[in-house]
Amino acid sequence: MSDSKAMTEAELIERFQSRIDDEQKIEPKDWMPEGYRKNLIRQISQHAHSEVIGMQPEGNWITRAPTLRRKAILLAKVQDEGGHGLYLYSAAETLGVSREELIAALQSGEAKYASIFNYPTLTWADIGAIGWLVDGAAIVNQVSLQRTSYGPYARGMVRICKEESFHQRQGYEIMLALSRGNEAQRAMAQDSINRFWWPSLMMFGPHDAESAHSGQSMKWKIKRQSNDELRQKFVDQTVKQVEVLDMTLPDPDLKWNEGRGHYDFGEIDWEEFKRSMSGGGPCSRQRVAHHVKAHEEGAWVREALRAYQKKQKSQADKAAA
Amino acid sequence: MTRIAIENPVEMYAVRLGDDALVLGHRLSEWSSNAPFLEEDLALSNVALDYIGRARMFYTYAGQLRNDGTTEDDYAYLRDCRDYYNLLIHELPRGDFAFSMARQYLVDVFNLAYLAELQQSRDESLAAIAGKAVKESTYHLRRSNDWIMRLGQGTRESLRRLQDAVVELWGFTPELFAMDALEIDLLAQGIAVDRAALRDSWDRQVRATLEAAGVTMPEPDWQVDGGRQGVHTEHLGHLLGELQFVQRAYPGLEW
Repeated sequence: MSDSKAMTEAELIERFQSRIDDEQKIEPKDWMPEGYRKNLIRQISQHAHSEVIGMQPEGNWITRAPTLRRKAILLAKVQDEGGHGLYLYSAAETLGVSREELIAALQSGEAKYASIFNYPTLTWADIGAIGWLVDGAAIVNQVSLQRTSYGPYARGMVRICKEESFHQRQGYEIMLALSRGNEAQRAMAQDSINRFWWPSLMMFGPHDAESAHSGQSMKWKIKRQSNDELRQKFVDQTVKQVEVLDMTLPDPDLKWNEGRGHYDFGEIDWEEFKRSMSGGGPCSRQRVAHHVKAHEEGAWVREALRAYQKKQKSQADKAAA
Repeated sequence: MTRIAIENPVEMYAVRLGDDALVLGHRLSEWSSNAPFLEEDLALSNVALDYIGRARMFYTYAGQLRNDGTTEDDYAYLRDCRDYYNLLIHELPRGDFAFSMARQYLVDVFNLAYLAELQQSRDESLAAIAGKAVKESTYHLRRSNDWIMRLGQGTRESLRRLQDAVVELWGFTPELFAMDALEIDLLAQGIAVDRAALRDSWDRQVRATLEAAGVTMPEPDWQVDGGRQGVHTEHLGHLLGELQFVQRAYPGLEW
């Protein structure tokens, strides 16, 4: 690379960073460093895949929801998650990657998704716990991302946050109904909290010091708050909600710290987190296999659609000629 | 558990229509996370939601007629196979995408005409439900009609699958038009729709579309019915086993 080229690149980077520092949004046609683009594609696609894979554990209860009202709400919620996946795939596409490439990366295991969805939904209470804890954790993260530096991602987050807060309420409402129910229902709810609590805390990712992408992401304002800050915020807000349910969180170290003004909590089992992130969670193989199966079963439909559109186009061209 | 005995003919009529909607809505909802691509996944969930919403309106009205506190969920969750009255076409397993779309198309053409008539019912509640549902079915038909053309004129495989689906479904379509004593009586009172009268125009429209799509119409040499008497295919019991699981395992609770 020549000196003048290097200078230009350096100047571009400097200008880019000053726009970021100045809180300007970066738009698809703006110049951006390759690392910024890659980092965003990684983060947005991981987010999109989480929405799409998350449809499976919740969808697992659509046909078994205990009332028609709950069924309609759950179906609409799972549909919303799919819609979030779509916005996010579109946001990723503005960075020059195709949906096909993104899906291929998900199916090969190259792209990640939230490890929480690698846990099974065994009872109806799990639908409550996911809505409340998992969507609750997601909102804490997404509210922060409404201020992310990339315009399409930030705008997508604004839309998504509105729907997620409705999802969290429906989840909490399920837990509330169970908490006011009989002994079996209360036990079902508590068991679900016990199983989903730690995986929910893992959703915020590794400790700041261990997080591979965090430093650069914060500098570029792709991320606005650190993993540990967001996790703390989530713990603080959730403890109060658990008290209303008259249930407990499965953490003997959880206690209010007057000095910090926050709850202290125990250490996450990071071995479990790593295992789950790298395809070793209880349902990891099942989730990806399901996605592959549906995709393969639909191949002939997508092919038919393309063939039909091509025929329509050639007929229209003939008519125009 | 006491059986929900239905004696009022209007209640029975509402429950029948509710059963049609719930059972088809259930089948459609099974496509969630299984569709050929994400946009279609969302669209199928939309249609499923419309049908589940329709079932809730019909059941709620049926419960109001009983006036004994019977709820939409009592109808949905506490009746066994023999007390479900949906037409059989709605309960057939979702099959492949061609099967689900072919069924949807056949049912959408029927429902649009049926609901347009039901809007004229002397029963204001049924007319109001139909008024809402007819708008949904207009959209559903636009979608399923498009898919019939895409599959029929797409690839050889998609046409073959569509053809197979129409053959498998065809013998379940006469039941859509079968009137029994209860509906004949309600028709005379200006409440029910004359299904039999819808057959010719349905037949013309469906044939024209399917033939334009390249489908060879099957010979009408077999038919199965029995849904309105609660005599179902073996598939319904499994559907109900899944649908009703929580209410059956933990009876009598609030959720």
